[in-house]
Amino acid sequence: MTVDLAIIGAGPAGLAAATEARALGLSVLLLDENPGPGGRIWQAIETRPAKDAADRAALAAVRAFRASGAEARFGATVWCVEPEGRVFWSEGGRAHVAKAEQILIATGAIERPLPIPGWTLPGVMTVGAAQIALKTGGLVPSDQVWLAGQGPLLLLYAVQALAASGRIAGVLDLAPRGAFRRALAHLPRALRAPSYLGRGIAWRLALRRAGIPWIRASRLRAEGEGRLERIRFVAAGEEHVRPAQILLLHDGVVPSVQMTRALGCAHCWDESLRCWTPKTDPWGRSSLPRIVIAGDGAGIGGAAVAALSGRIAALGIAEALGRLGAATRDSAAAPLIAARARHLAVRPFLNALFAPLPVEPEDDTILCRCEEVTAGRVREAVALGCLGANQLKAFTRAGMGPCQGRMCAAAVAAVIAAARGVPEREIEPYRLRFPTKPLTLGELAALYDEAEPAALQAT
Amino acid sequence: MRTRAIVIGGGLHGLSTALHLALSGWSVTVLERRHVGRHASGSNAGGVRRLGRDVREIALSQVAAEMWRNLTALVGDDGGFRPSGQVRVAESAADLAALERRSASLRALGWTHEELIDRAETRRLVPAIAQHVVGALVVRDDGAADPVRTVLAFRRAALQAGAEIVEGAGVVALDRSGSGTLRVVADRGVWEAERVANCAGAWAPAIARMAGEPMRCGVKASMMIVTERLPHFVSPTVSSASRPLSLKQTKLGTVLIGGGHQGRADVAAETAVVDFRNLARAARIAAELFPLIRGARILRSWCGIEARTPDEIPVIGESTTCPGLVHSFGYSGHGFQLAPAAGAAVAEIMIRGTTNLPVAAFSPGRLLERAAA
Repeated sequence: MTVDLAIIGAGPAGLAAATEARALGLSVLLLDENPGPGGRIWQAIETRPAKDAADRAALAAVRAFRASGAEARFGATVWCVEPEGRVFWSEGGRAHVAKAEQILIATGAIERPLPIPGWTLPGVMTVGAAQIALKTGGLVPSDQVWLAGQGPLLLLYAVQALAASGRIAGVLDLAPRGAFRRALAHLPRALRAPSYLGRGIAWRLALRRAGIPWIRASRLRAEGEGRLERIRFVAAGEEHVRPAQILLLHDGVVPSVQMTRALGCAHCWDESLRCWTPKTDPWGRSSLPRIVIAGDGAGIGGAAVAALSGRIAALGIAEALGRLGAATRDSAAAPLIAARARHLAVRPFLNALFAPLPVEPEDDTILCRCEEVTAGRVREAVALGCLGANQLKAFTRAGMGPCQGRMCAAAVAAVIAAARGVPEREIEPYRLRFPTKPLTLGELAALYDEAEPAALQAT
Repeated sequence: MRTRAIVIGGGLHGLSTALHLALSGWSVTVLERRHVGRHASGSNAGGVRRLGRDVREIALSQVAAEMWRNLTALVGDDGGFRPSGQVRVAESAADLAALERRSASLRALGWTHEELIDRAETRRLVPAIAQHVVGALVVRDDGAADPVRTVLAFRRAALQAGAEIVEGAGVVALDRSGSGTLRVVADRGVWEAERVANCAGAWAPAIARMAGEPMRCGVKASMMIVTERLPHFVSPTVSSASRPLSLKQTKLGTVLIGGGHQGRADVAAETAVVDFRNLARAARIAAELFPLIRGARILRSWCGIEARTPDEIPVIGESTTCPGLVHSFGYSGHGFQLAPAAGAAVAEIMIRGTTNLPVAAFSPGRLLERAAA
């Protein structure tokens, strides 16, 4: 199969880009590992009732995409993208490959891990995972469910869970004191996009009205024999122990850069979000000629920014493929770029308000869940001369398990940096390699039939 | 800085050479451009194999096998070496006939380490092997080791013997000083020595060119797959007589699959990328020989960059243009097992000018570019 544009990810950015690109006459193949369109933020949007204006707008975007004539493959897990324009994915138990002139990576964000002692116990999950369960299966929390950490998603989930008749034991706000004061400097600019602030305040008020305890806490530990039974934390200078069945952790989201890093796109360090972000121009173009990035994967902006970026990227791609003059592209993109800038105005405020929690795990805290490597062992390796995350693999196998470092990369880099006394940006992150998602030998073997025999001569 | 010997390249061959030099009482400095074991030494499959070697390599490989059995005496660690056997299976009657011919030709030369076994014995050694396999050639005390652990063990032993290892020093020029010593110019310093070893792997031909000795030598970027951990199902390392494959299960339970399927190397950029359309063939062969692993998840794939000579055997010997420079490269994807013995040979050539170890077939002269000669 050969197409003008292959899009990876059917969230707001991917859907908007596909719809726009089709309108500009491009052939489009869209791949997503979920059963239907929507990505994380609009998960299962076609199969659950639309309950508010945001859901209705999302549904409209999905319908426009469905009507656009783009070829969509769901249940299609992309595991390799080649800079020359090939995309590989698994679908229905076998591997497939397509060639595209341009590739748009719209794989969104992932939650920043929040490693606390006991976070690997059954019963401890992320807020994002709980939200998926809520959206796809209607699973709501019942008693002794605690939320801990910080960030808009934590608030949003609490409100959504309550609206779905769920019950929450309490919220542990782990943000250090003074965050709001530091964020105030960015407030005037944030007022250009007041709806974000209004929503945040409304969520806090909703929780207060529902009588959910909001506790400023620190030194949180999850404890129990074989599974979560209780949480321990310090609040107002005193240690507290509370029974807990479920603990949901959250510390904001960061761009999902597995694919762009494995491709070799240039990235830069974002000090405010303490994460790596691909370098892109205003059209989303990466440092590689065929690779374009839109949505949260190019920098956290939220759903509205993602949808705008998807459309802007599609215009840029159409121009790059010679289907659109530069002047036409620019005039079509101008209002979109202006709208995007308005939405992004709130980000410095939010980034300061929800600045990533300090990563200072105790020695017994597991960082790499797959290979069960603790913070203490990482510090020991640094003491033995380990300088970075890649050498750490040889010392401890950290990052070599099934998730290939997706979960632990940020925490491992932070701990190495702290132990060495250097800024985190100086720690070379894990080298990432395709397949960025596990595929089976059988799936890969099936590709042998499809590929051109000439390419298969072992030399 | 002045030492008696410089080794260019901190891979396994360079470290082994440095270790043997230091054990002989020589002062030696290893110059490594990135970090020790960065390329092929750290990314190979760890096969400790005599089975199926080019006949010109067998004698050195036998010496190396003896050293692997006593590796702890040499480097203080066994490198994870387990003599779990190497098995090359015949997938057809034609395969079996080819293995019989190989076996006969080795016996004619006096080598007895490769043993032809029938279908029943093959199934006893490899119970999980596919039904169509009709026999095999086996070296029972070959095996596999852990490449990273082996590299670290040689590094530690070389340091303990007194070698100096400088990481982050990429060599940019090689010439002769007024006093006749060799001068090695790196991007972070200049070193002088009586003898220099060229153990720079895929970048060794570039070092040879600096010495005015262009050679016919290419690169190889063999790809590897590692799967998730599986319950134990195979002990020996398994290859096929007619198809490129090498498969082994590590102590952890992960399965390593290779066999020389080629990715794309970029020597200048010091990178190599996996070509999944080529790798699909490795997966296909592996899944056909071991049907039970079809559902195993691939965790990672990678490739290492390595020099490959036209005749696929290494270059070991003194430079034809630059006395005092001794080459050791071009192992063409099967140098891991040879490293303990090859390092001893190279060190001896540097110290005495010659060696009794069987490396005569690997002389640099055979690969000189005619245009330059």
